[in-house]
Amino acid sequence: MKLSIGAMAEPGSTRTNKTGSWRTFKPIINVEACIGCGTCSMFCPEGTICKVADKYAIDYDYCKGCGICAHECPVKAIEMVLEGE
Amino acid sequence: MQEELFAPGHRGCAGCGAAIAARLILKGSGKDVIIVSPTGCLEVVSSPYPESAWKVPWIHSLFENAAAVASGVEVALKSLGRKDEAKVIAIGGDGATIDIGIGALSGMLERGHDVTYICYDNEAYMNTGIQRSSSTPYGASTTTSPAGKVSFGENRPKKNLPAIAAAHGIPYVATASIAYPKDVIKKVKKAISIEGPKYLQIHAPCCTGWGFDGSKTIEIGRLAVETGLFPIYESTEGKVTSVKKVKRKPVEEYLKAQRRFKHLFESEGGEGELKKIQDIADANAKQFGLDL
Ligand SMILES: Cc1ncc(C[n+]2csc(CCOP(=O)(O)OP(=O)(O)O)c2C)c(N)n1
Ligand code: SF4
Ligand code: SF4
Ligand code: SF4
Ligand SMILES: [Mg+2]
Repeated sequence: MKLSIGAMAEPGSTRTNKTGSWRTFKPIINVEACIGCGTCSMFCPEGTICKVADKYAIDYDYCKGCGICAHECPVKAIEMVLEGE
Repeated sequence: MQEELFAPGHRGCAGCGAAIAARLILKGSGKDVIIVSPTGCLEVVSSPYPESAWKVPWIHSLFENAAAVASGVEVALKSLGRKDEAKVIAIGGDGATIDIGIGALSGMLERGHDVTYICYDNEAYMNTGIQRSSSTPYGASTTTSPAGKVSFGENRPKKNLPAIAAAHGIPYVATASIAYPKDVIKKVKKAISIEGPKYLQIHAPCCTGWGFDGSKTIEIGRLAVETGLFPIYESTEGKVTSVKKVKRKPVEEYLKAQRRFKHLFESEGGEGELKKIQDIADANAKQFGLDL
């Protein structure tokens, strides 16, 4: 009897699902105010805030707009604005 | 850019604490791991067929047998002479771990498998609609312990699985919270570096099930620790070796921020229940020497 390999998925393939469309509020980083501490990146449930040079940037393809980053930023450098404004 | 081993695009609610736990665990473990996940929110949101959020080998067991499957993976690696290639980690919810999977877990601990079992504790069966588990804390309203005219919600205390795990005399037991990410990463690193069975319980607030805004997931997690309701500690062979001390806040600060405890502030007699919950925090503080 020939056995086939069980169901397998490509590693990290949820990336095909752009959860940015879930967003109601959009986090905007004020790069001037950002001290580059990385707190936002550590806590983001989507892992969608990345280090760029010595600052941080958000990949809006996946950001769901939860607001954790804005709530936890120690210098309040992130503002949540209504999507589309 | 550092590599994210838990990819975005997963279906966790906006603000999901379990997703944060998964990210932190993988930051601690690195890529040379084989993960076993029982059924539950984390499994469901990370593996919508045919996709996977995991960038490491990952196996979905049944709801009840993650520890048994992880034991099997460990033994298989051993018998193939490939044990050095990967650490085996199980990551399960509180229902999967503390209720239905406790027998499989006890067996895994007792047989001495070299596996790190991690429970992300969101204190109920979230994936099926917020039913109480034995890890649901006293006083919480869930769909199967609803608060109402004749009930103040969950009427039994939270089961103490870290103590049960420690009673197996295993080399490492620890609690942690996603609100203290460096501590989580450090404890995962430490756990996988120790030979033998390890148990880690990570408090992972659930905005949907507990009833708070998704932006407050970390704040709520911090309050659970700061009130003494979720003590953070490590233990080796049954002896407590480190404790996170806190300047304790009254339990009301934690409870009033969540819908699941709202009735305690609104119903007649709620005050007596609040006092009982404060007593639980005080007893934790006494047992672990939590107070700064
Ligand atoms: C044997 C069995 N019983 C019931 C279920 C249905 N079920 C799926 S997930 C789940 C609850 C999971 O709770 P928990 O482990 O706490 O994870 P959470 O969803 O809260 O993250 C239940 C009851 C199942 N899959 N298998
Ligand atoms: S938390 Fe605030 S200060 Fe820190 S990196 Fe993020 S935006 Fe910058
Ligand atoms: S709003 Fe939430 S999902 Fe979006 S970047 Fe901030 S923490 Fe991440
Ligand atoms: S119900 Fe809770 S644990 Fe489940 S995905 Fe939503 S926030 Fe995460
Ligand atoms: Mg749960």
